[in-house]
Amino acid sequence: MSRRPRASGYFRTDYAEDLSLLPTRLERSAVLGLLVVLLILPLVASPFLIDLAAQVFLAAIGALALMLLTGYAGQVSLGHAGLLAAGAFTVGILFKELKAPFFVTLPAAAAVGALLGVVFGLPSLRVRGLYLAVSTLALNFLVAYLGGEYEARRGFSTGIVVDPPSLAGKAVTDARAWYVILLLAAVATLFLCANLARARSGRAWAAIRANETVAQTLGIGVASYKLLAFVISSALTAVAGALFAYYRGFVSVEAFSLFLSIQYVAMIIIGGMGSLAGAILGALFVTLFPYAIEASLGALIGATAYAGLSFAVNAAAFGAVMILFLVLEPQGLIGLWRRLKTYFLLWPFRHRPVGGARR
Amino acid sequence: MQLAVNIVVLTAIYALIACGYVLIYRVSRVLNLAHGELLMLSAYLLLWTASLFAGHAIAAIAAALGLSLVVGAMVYLFLLRKLTGEMALAAVLTTVALGVLLRGVTVLLWSAQQQYPAVPLGLSNWAIALPGGARISLWAGLLVVTTLAVYASLFAFLRLGRWGMRMRAAGQNPLLAAQRGINLHAIYALAWSLSTLTGALAGVLIALDSGLGQTMAIIGLKAFPAALVGGLDSLAGALLGSAIVASAEVILIHHVDPLLSEVIPFLVLIVVLMLRPWGLLGTREELDRV
Repeated sequence: MSRRPRASGYFRTDYAEDLSLLPTRLERSAVLGLLVVLLILPLVASPFLIDLAAQVFLAAIGALALMLLTGYAGQVSLGHAGLLAAGAFTVGILFKELKAPFFVTLPAAAAVGALLGVVFGLPSLRVRGLYLAVSTLALNFLVAYLGGEYEARRGFSTGIVVDPPSLAGKAVTDARAWYVILLLAAVATLFLCANLARARSGRAWAAIRANETVAQTLGIGVASYKLLAFVISSALTAVAGALFAYYRGFVSVEAFSLFLSIQYVAMIIIGGMGSLAGAILGALFVTLFPYAIEASLGALIGATAYAGLSFAVNAAAFGAVMILFLVLEPQGLIGLWRRLKTYFLLWPFRHRPVGGARR
Repeated sequence: MQLAVNIVVLTAIYALIACGYVLIYRVSRVLNLAHGELLMLSAYLLLWTASLFAGHAIAAIAAALGLSLVVGAMVYLFLLRKLTGEMALAAVLTTVALGVLLRGVTVLLWSAQQQYPAVPLGLSNWAIALPGGARISLWAGLLVVTTLAVYASLFAFLRLGRWGMRMRAAGQNPLLAAQRGINLHAIYALAWSLSTLTGALAGVLIALDSGLGQTMAIIGLKAFPAALVGGLDSLAGALLGSAIVASAEVILIHHVDPLLSEVIPFLVLIVVLMLRPWGLLGTREELDRV
């Protein structure tokens, strides 16, 4: 483990050092500090803040999964809401039909997600880019239709009510317990994704993203690694959907509209393509955004006048922000952060020396 | 017989909308997923012009169509032009974001309720009896006629006109076209204008026929599979694709399940993507395929 500063130059001398997750002491202590803060937070925060944090964790799981697929493997998906819906409906259906406990439904949701991942991924073997995005979009509608059909046929037209899961004989209803569960799930997802990204699979995905023909020539099984990306990403997303179902206690097809898919794509764009930290930042940004808009507008024009307009204002502001990021800062929040860091590192200079430094 | 008329009307709707997707894609290789929202915006603009020119229906409709031309050009000039040279996907996502933005803005300005621009314009809608016992509403009939006229003039424009030739050239090879002195930005802006205009025609006629609400954007999105089934860069393909998607939709809704209406275009889309991703009449793009 190196104790040398990474920021001002490239000091790594072997591959293990290059691959380590947290190479410097500063990063290690920062992550540790963040974890401590996150664990203390539920003890002091209000129920509203705890709920907000739980939503961010849920969104982060989905965004990390999508980042793995789009940011690392380069496979575009506009069908993320369909996969979330698949996970949520697996829980809902198994619960309603079989009264299955959560340690059955969660793996089942993951399995359904993995299976759907193969289905979503199959078009990627034949088409790419735009056409792939369109085919995942179509599958999104298909899954939503199947969910709606189940609701209509079984008479749950307003939605399926799911009881909270029981752990050690006790139902988990406490918001703090949920906070911890979702935090652990998000951290586990982050760890899994980070390890996948730095292992052989991550290198294969990077090669496929850069150039499929070259990847094939290098001996990478393009088809299998593409499908792997879809399967892992979809399974993780379905688990996020299942957790969402348990957390809300309610499954309805209305919650999984095309808008949700767009929101997840927005998370990874706003966060910054190709960075797991970006996915988390994006999840944070997109989840908190409507609340920030609501608070600022409520202060501006009064909460009552605003009540009827909330969806429209949110949609308009959200679209505008997404456009701003796409046009002005395609690297997202993480790009902003990197530029800021570079600015201070190089100060008083403006550019890196040619050739020498990192990247 | 009524089924056949329904198919023809739905084909006309899809075809009129789909040619907007095709125009932009063919010229600039950008997929405009905000097309549904843009045509909805145009229909709402009619609502606004209707209150300006109360009683002068033709003036109001002409003003709305004229505004839609401007809107299309502005979308290109202020938004898509900034993304020239970026990934094609960034442009697509920008149009998606634009769609979300437009949905919010239209609700803010005109509320989410179903509205009927035909009322302030003093236009009525009546059913025309066709031979064979089928009926078609006046505006739906007009929509079929408009679609035919639009396709005929687009074919003529792209084949015969100087600007049409430039558009085809820009679509085939932008670099060479630019070197031959074709102003690419003007061509792209023109394509966006025309695409929004055809969308606006569809939006206005649908709004006059059956009212106007947020569902109109969904009609726009459902017309997109029609464009892709026929081939995203082929106008004739858009017509064929619309016919296929519309027939499948009308027949399956009638015989199987009305709930299917939302998914059928996308089901057809998946099948075509599996078998022939470049569409029935589209040119095969080697670069976009694996």
